[in-house]
Amino acid sequence: MSGGAGEGLGRRALLRAGALAGGGLFLALASCKREAKPEGAGAEGAAAPAPAAATEAAREGVEVNAFVVVHPDNSATIRVAKSEMGQAVRTTLALMVAEELDLDWGRARVEQAPLDAKRFGDQGTGGSASVRGAWTTLREAGAKARALLVAAAAEKLGAPAEGLKTEASHVVDPASGRRVPYAELALLVGKQKAPASAPVKDPNDFKLLGREHANVDAPAIARGAARYGLDVRKPRMLFASIERAPVPGAKVASFRADAALAVRGVKKVVEVPAQGPDVNVPSGVAVVADSTWAAMQGRKKLAIEWAASPHASEASAPHLAEMERATSAAGRELVNRLGDPDGELAKARAVVRARYEVPFIAHATMEPMNFTAEVRGDKCLLTGPTQNPEWAAKSVAKALGLAPENVSVEVTLLGGGFGRRLNPDYVVEAALVAKQLDAPVQVVWTREDDLRHDFYRPPALHVIEASLDAKGYPHAWRHRLSTAAISATIDPEAKEFGLQESTGASTMLYRVPHRSCEYTHAPIGTKRGWWRGVHTTHTVFAVESFLDELAEKAGKDPYEYRLALIDELKVDRPKPNKDFPWSPDRLKAVLKTAAEKAGWGKALPPGRGAGIACGIDHLSYAAQVVEVSTAGGALRVDRVVCAVDCGRVLNPNGARAQIEGGIVQALSAALKEKISVNGGRVEQSNFDDYPVARINEAPAVIEVHFVNTDLRPSGLGEPSVPPLAPALANAIYRATGKRHRSLPIAARPA
Amino acid sequence: MFEVTINGKRHRLDVDGDMPLLWALRDVVGLTGAKFGCGKALCGACTVHLEGAAVRACVLPVSAVAGKSVTTIEGLSADGTHPVQRAWVEENVAQCGYCQAGQIMSAASLLARKADPSDDDIDAAMAGNLCRCGTYVRIRKAVRRAAELTKGGAGR
Repeated sequence: MSGGAGEGLGRRALLRAGALAGGGLFLALASCKREAKPEGAGAEGAAAPAPAAATEAAREGVEVNAFVVVHPDNSATIRVAKSEMGQAVRTTLALMVAEELDLDWGRARVEQAPLDAKRFGDQGTGGSASVRGAWTTLREAGAKARALLVAAAAEKLGAPAEGLKTEASHVVDPASGRRVPYAELALLVGKQKAPASAPVKDPNDFKLLGREHANVDAPAIARGAARYGLDVRKPRMLFASIERAPVPGAKVASFRADAALAVRGVKKVVEVPAQGPDVNVPSGVAVVADSTWAAMQGRKKLAIEWAASPHASEASAPHLAEMERATSAAGRELVNRLGDPDGELAKARAVVRARYEVPFIAHATMEPMNFTAEVRGDKCLLTGPTQNPEWAAKSVAKALGLAPENVSVEVTLLGGGFGRRLNPDYVVEAALVAKQLDAPVQVVWTREDDLRHDFYRPPALHVIEASLDAKGYPHAWRHRLSTAAISATIDPEAKEFGLQESTGASTMLYRVPHRSCEYTHAPIGTKRGWWRGVHTTHTVFAVESFLDELAEKAGKDPYEYRLALIDELKVDRPKPNKDFPWSPDRLKAVLKTAAEKAGWGKALPPGRGAGIACGIDHLSYAAQVVEVSTAGGALRVDRVVCAVDCGRVLNPNGARAQIEGGIVQALSAALKEKISVNGGRVEQSNFDDYPVARINEAPAVIEVHFVNTDLRPSGLGEPSVPPLAPALANAIYRATGKRHRSLPIAARPA
Repeated sequence: MFEVTINGKRHRLDVDGDMPLLWALRDVVGLTGAKFGCGKALCGACTVHLEGAAVRACVLPVSAVAGKSVTTIEGLSADGTHPVQRAWVEENVAQCGYCQAGQIMSAASLLARKADPSDDDIDAAMAGNLCRCGTYVRIRKAVRRAAELTKGGAGR
């Protein structure tokens, strides 16, 4: 689903694009008395879990299909079945339905769909795939709903359906001038046969998509009324805090429940049994209390003794040494090869060699992990922030020995996701605690828990060697990469990782007649996961930094050098995505746009520098020019100009926000973020020893330019991340002469 | 037992005095607008006003606010029309939105002290509030817009 065929198999399986169940007819009887709620009401919808068959909206309106409920006052509720974590998916996907259905957007509200893959299709949210997938499925669901309403109107008006039009939640008969509100027609759609297919609009006819819209949740957020996982409140609900094994694989040997139980408010102390690598729940002890604070205080008294773990001697330094060894010889996996790079490098008169290194980094979502679970007999009710309710439900069913259909999931707003909330560990853990109680329980992670039990972006070491031809362009290029593979975390039996882990390196579009990419997995017990952009967060850093180094050796401008080299990918694997094949022209176009808009090549005063980089991520193209100043040895990012080709832009305001946010988060990672392991334990604990970017470190200016906006939309959540680190390192080099090949770049880069 | 005025209403809190105000607000009073992010006054998600000034509720014991007046995001305005709240919506600041209640409370406190803050003033006052989605550029714009809304007499 991302970067063409280079996507991790694990995530692809978990986020598979299921056939959408939408378009079928689901009729609910109207109770016919609800007033339309004001704007932002959708956020409350997320906090009011109800069984799938009878959501709040359905009880008081007619379901035209799974995604649309029309209310008696002719307002509408649109159900969004993807998780909202800041990417404006509740706004953009709802707009897609409203567009095809010609809904009155001013009177539409958004409701979060509960887990029900049969009705809503794949609800996993990741891989920058929501809009890309919805472009066909959700628009068609909207078009089918429209067809039903038009058919009902045709019957009611005795007019041919072909002649009827729709606008602002009404069917209009231009011949007679009659207008029938959807609310009237919705009561009649039960008699209509659901169309097998319905034509979607020509994008040139869009009235809502492509225009400026505020986020549907913005008013509720500004009032403090938006509901996240930690805001879930249920009758008799208790709170839990869990002390987890500090070293992967360590198990609870003993603990003192009595001291914890003596703390005011503590109700119960229960053990959390470790679960297998498919979910990675660590061994732990949960303290359950009537407030979060009491649970946290009780936890401090547990005095847990941990049994030894085979991972207790692991540390970042020897792990790096292992990656050094791996990249100093042929890799265990040959990802791809063109020509004879080994032979050509062996006989080259000069070889340029560089080594690039990145550490583990954490997601550090602002809302720490949490979930609320209740076990009633053979049923489990789950409520909280997850990017993948289906994986969570299946994992909970397995851990608790329940039938999968007996596990329900209500998805709240997510206080950040970035890939962390794909993993279901924290959901399973909450269910394991709830199983031992007769009340709903909210398991609350502290920031320390969150930073120490993340699924981290893995550390990576890249060694690239190249020789240049007579004109200074690369003749041979050998890229050796080692990481702790992400997918090995959930599938320790997996044998092949290189194709996914090297996405962005093995798939680079630079023309080199002799090139290869080799990969070696360097195991460690510390868990790895998908961090916004995933593999390209380090592969693009290595490739785009090295390109700059080669351009300098060749005496060429780094922008011109790239433009001259971008070409078709000629390696035999991975295979391109059939709908979104790699396009050299699209990559060149973003590069050109970024350079032009930034005024690339203009003279900058001493102490300032500009760097450029580009990349393909999740099928979209991005190029950035970063301008820095280093007066007094303190780095300041003055300006980031970003050109993006994600095809058609459906929600421009939200799209710009994704680019801005990706740039700031990537800047944070490039400048500051590092997780280290010692004695098998993660050493960092909170924002004091794991600093992330603050407002005073954010770029003064971020400019966003979209190109190729007439093409089919691809993803946008992640593509702005990869070019930032190399463009920044390249800019710092221009400003100071110091080349940073290791992230994070220190606070004083000069 | 501690008596605290929260959003203009008196509450008697039967909790340990060392319970941070944040947990009393969220788990006892039932006001969940102030968020938990770090528990060590490092991220600002829990920012509320104590006698009008921005404080981090996650490290402020209930005993320290006895007899005092606390305002949370829910009490900043009756209907979301405080100039900072309006500016936040108009600039479409929020992405995930989790940190934004704290951001808004910090910005409101800044503007109450300084009606026309410079860019450096804004960065200095807002540097205690982390946003992992990276909305900082829009936060700067929204604080400036809120200052204009306030100046224009368009406040609540």
